[in-house]
Amino acid sequence: MKYKGRIWKFGDNIDTDAIIPARYLSTSDPEILAAHCMEDADPGFAKKIRKGDIIVAGENFGCGSSREHAPIAIKAAGISCVIAGSFARIFYRNAFNMGLPIFESGDLQALVSDGQRVEVDSDEGTIRVVNSTADPVRIQPVPPFMQELIRAGGLMKYISKKET
Amino acid sequence: MSDNGIEEHNLEHWRNDMGMTITEKILSRHAGLEEVRPGMLINARVDIALGNDITAPIAIAEFRKAGGTAVFDRDKVALIPDHFTPNKDIHSAGQCKVMREFAREQRITHYYEVGEAGIEHALLPEQGIVLPGDLVIGADSHTCTYGALGAFATGVGSTDLAAAMLKGELWFRVPETLKIVFHGRMRKWVSGKDLILFLIGLIGVDGARYKAMEFAGEAAGRLGMADRFTIANMVIEAGAKNGIFIPDDVTRAYVQGRAKRAFSFYDSDPDARYADVIEIDISGIEPQVAFPHIPSNVRGISQAGDVRIDQVLIGSCTNGRIEDLRIAAGILKGRRAAPGVRLIVVPATPEIYRMAMKEGLMEIFMDAKAAISPPSCGACLGGHMGVLAEGERAVATTNRNFVGRMGHPGSEVYLANPAVAASSAVLGRIAGPDELEGGGKS
Repeated sequence: MKYKGRIWKFGDNIDTDAIIPARYLSTSDPEILAAHCMEDADPGFAKKIRKGDIIVAGENFGCGSSREHAPIAIKAAGISCVIAGSFARIFYRNAFNMGLPIFESGDLQALVSDGQRVEVDSDEGTIRVVNSTADPVRIQPVPPFMQELIRAGGLMKYISKKET
Repeated sequence: MSDNGIEEHNLEHWRNDMGMTITEKILSRHAGLEEVRPGMLINARVDIALGNDITAPIAIAEFRKAGGTAVFDRDKVALIPDHFTPNKDIHSAGQCKVMREFAREQRITHYYEVGEAGIEHALLPEQGIVLPGDLVIGADSHTCTYGALGAFATGVGSTDLAAAMLKGELWFRVPETLKIVFHGRMRKWVSGKDLILFLIGLIGVDGARYKAMEFAGEAAGRLGMADRFTIANMVIEAGAKNGIFIPDDVTRAYVQGRAKRAFSFYDSDPDARYADVIEIDISGIEPQVAFPHIPSNVRGISQAGDVRIDQVLIGSCTNGRIEDLRIAAGILKGRRAAPGVRLIVVPATPEIYRMAMKEGLMEIFMDAKAAISPPSCGACLGGHMGVLAEGERAVATTNRNFVGRMGHPGSEVYLANPAVAASSAVLGRIAGPDELEGGGKS
C-alpha cells in the first residue's frame, strides 16, 4: 500500500485525551469524533487537514486511555496513516484491530517539517519526502501476524475468517 | 546503591532453561502451553472480559457486525456503567441504553445497574469477580489494577473486547518483565500512590512500554491490598502492559469471603528472566505530586511551592477505596475546605459508600463542606460531576493530568495521595498534612 499526503507534526507522548478529549466520549459516532480530532493538541486541526494527510509524531503516540475513539477519530478525520517513533501499546493494538495504518520510524521526525509531503510505501518499507533527493527512511518491519490482521481488514474479520 | 537509593541491573541475556515470571506462567496456562517466552504471540483464554458505558457500545456494534449472537460465556463478561453515569446527558444515556439492552439480551451475570454499580476497577475485586491467577482483559486502560491480586490483567480496545466476548480468547504478545524491588519502610503519609508516582517520575511515561511490571521485595509484601491496587492501577501511566504482585497471605485474606469460584496463586521462579531490575529504598520517599501535564512530572511535596487551587477531588479507581476515604477523613475531621475550594469526594462503590456512612466519614466530609458524589468516573476524565473551567487548578487523587483531562484545556490537574489532597483542600494550596495546624490527626 502507498500513502501520500501532507505532514502534520506532533511531539512525544501525544495522549488519547489530546487525540479525542473525553468530553466528546458520550458518542462513538465517527463523524462527531472526527470534528474534534487532536483538538487539545492543535485546536482547529480537523478543519485544517485535507483527506489523505499524514500525522508524524515522536515517541509513545497514543498513550493513556484505551479509547478506540482515538484511532476512530483520526481515521474518520481523513488522516491516511500515522508515523511515530513509537506507539503506546493499547493504541497500537487498536489501530491494527480497527484498520488505521500506523508505522514506526524513529528517523523521519528530524527530517521533515509541517506541510511537507511524504510518500509511504508499506510493501517496500520506506518513506520518501516528496521533491527531495534524500535517501528514503526505513519503516520498522510490521510483524507477520499484524500484517495478517491488516490483510484481513481488522481483528473481527480476521477471527471470522479463521472460522471458515 | 546510588545516592537516591536506586540501583539498576541490566540483564541482557537469558538462557532457555531459565524459569518463568508470574506473568509468563499465567499467560502460558491460559494459552495451553507449557512455557512462553517474551516476544511470543499467543492466543489465550480469557477469564473475565470487561467493558463500560464508553467502550462497550463500540464493542457491541463490532460483535454484531461480525455476526455475533451469543457471548462465549455470560458469567465471564462484566459490563459496568460507571463513566458518564448517572447518565450525564442524552448521548450518554443512549450509550448506557445500548449496553443495558445487550446485557439483558445476553443475560450477562455481571451487569450492575446504577445504584449497584461502582467504579469498575474497585467493584470487580470487591465483588470477587476477578481473582488471583485470572487472565482479565478490559476495554479500559486501568484494567491493569487487578494485577494487585496476582492476576494478569490488561487494558485493550473495544474491538478486542468484541473478539473476546465472541470467542473467549484473544491474541497477546508475551511481554518482557521489569522487576521493581521495594525495600525499607514507608514514611508517615506515604502510600502506594506515592510509590507509583515516584516510579513513573523515575522511568517516565514510556519507561515500561509493552512490558510487565512485577512488584517484589519485603516492602511490597508489607503493603495492604488498597496500596497494591493503587500501584497496579497506575502502571499504564508508565506504558506497561500489566502490573503484578505475587499473591500472599494479604491477598488470601482479601479474596476469602469474596471468591465464588476457584482461584490460583502463581509465583515467579527464582531463576525467571527480567528485562531489568530496579531496586528502590522507599524509606527515602516523601508524598509525591505529579504536576501538569504528564504523570511523570513528579515532585516531592516539600518541593511543590505555593500552588493555589480551586478544586480537590478524592476518589477514582486509583484512590476511591475505603482506606483512602479513612485517610482523608482523618485529616478533614474538625476542619473545613478553604474558602473558594470545592471539595468533591467520590466513594468508588456502593459498599464503600455504605461503609463510609457507618463509620461516620460522610458526616466528617459534609462538615468539611465536601460534595459527596455517587460512584462515578465522571470527574476524573472531565465528563461530569466536577469539570474544571479555564484557568482552574485541581488536586486530584486520580491517575492522569494530561491537558484538558478534567475539563477546559486551560485547566490544570495535580495528582497526589488522599492525605495531600485533603490537606490541600483545607489550606487552599498544594500542601501535605505536616503543614496543617496540629498536623494530621490519624
